[in-house]
Amino acid sequence: MQLAGSPTRELDEESASWLVRLISAVPAERQAAERELHETLLRIALAEVRRRSASTPVTGPELDDVAHQAASDAMLAVLAKLAEFRGESRFITWAYRFVILEVSSKLGRHYWRNPPVALDAAQWERLPDRLGLDPHQHAEAAGILAEVRHVVETELTPHQRRIFVAIVVDGIPLNALAEKLGLQRNAIYKVIFDTRRKIRHTLVAKGYLDEPGAGQR
Amino acid sequence: MNEREMLARFLRTDPRDVGCSEAIAVLHVYVDLIAAGQDAAGRYPGVAAHLAACGPCGDDFAGLLAAVTSEGPAT
Repeated sequence: MQLAGSPTRELDEESASWLVRLISAVPAERQAAERELHETLLRIALAEVRRRSASTPVTGPELDDVAHQAASDAMLAVLAKLAEFRGESRFITWAYRFVILEVSSKLGRHYWRNPPVALDAAQWERLPDRLGLDPHQHAEAAGILAEVRHVVETELTPHQRRIFVAIVVDGIPLNALAEKLGLQRNAIYKVIFDTRRKIRHTLVAKGYLDEPGAGQR
Repeated sequence: MNEREMLARFLRTDPRDVGCSEAIAVLHVYVDLIAAGQDAAGRYPGVAAHLAACGPCGDDFAGLLAAVTSEGPAT
């Protein structure tokens, strides 16, 4: 079987079988394939919530509920986007990606039902632990911490500062913050990425860190 | 690892890092390459750099790889 939008890409047998059955004009065949796919996605979702159970406050039956919701939402997404499958991977790997991302997103949302720290808590006293520094042991560490805070407070926009403080200072998971602020994960990652660069440049300029080697920026 | 090394590691950024959106867009392809024993990081160095640096995307990658490998070797 070849895909319409990709005439030279041959599908593996298993992927071709999934597609043929999922778009079958015979309702019974199509429905059987959909049931099989849903069962497969649910199995993966249940395994994934258990794999992540140590890093989420969600437990027990509620964790299973997240898996069921993720499997159902992933199923809808897969069926809606069947025409976008280009055969760059096996079909089932492409489908699994939807359910893994659904689990990831739903657990991020659950964080705010009983958050260990509020948004905008700005617990600056925890920054030494976050960065692995002990200002009581080394005077230099106090200088580094002061420079980090100076960069955050003077070189970032309020939006960037809020994100950096939430992620790095308060330790809020990136996915949870993305859900709370209604932002794409990438938008938050970019802020953190750029801020790390700014802080490192400042610390290098002040002599706290060595100039980075080639291949870094 | 001393304090300076830990801090330097935290602040290190890789210019090849493609970011979350691009990495997630090809995550299924990347994982299938790994499952097939191919050099995924060599083919997608920017994705490899991102997955090593971004906790949430790294977690999604680990989950997808676990899903694929749980069903046996890729064909």
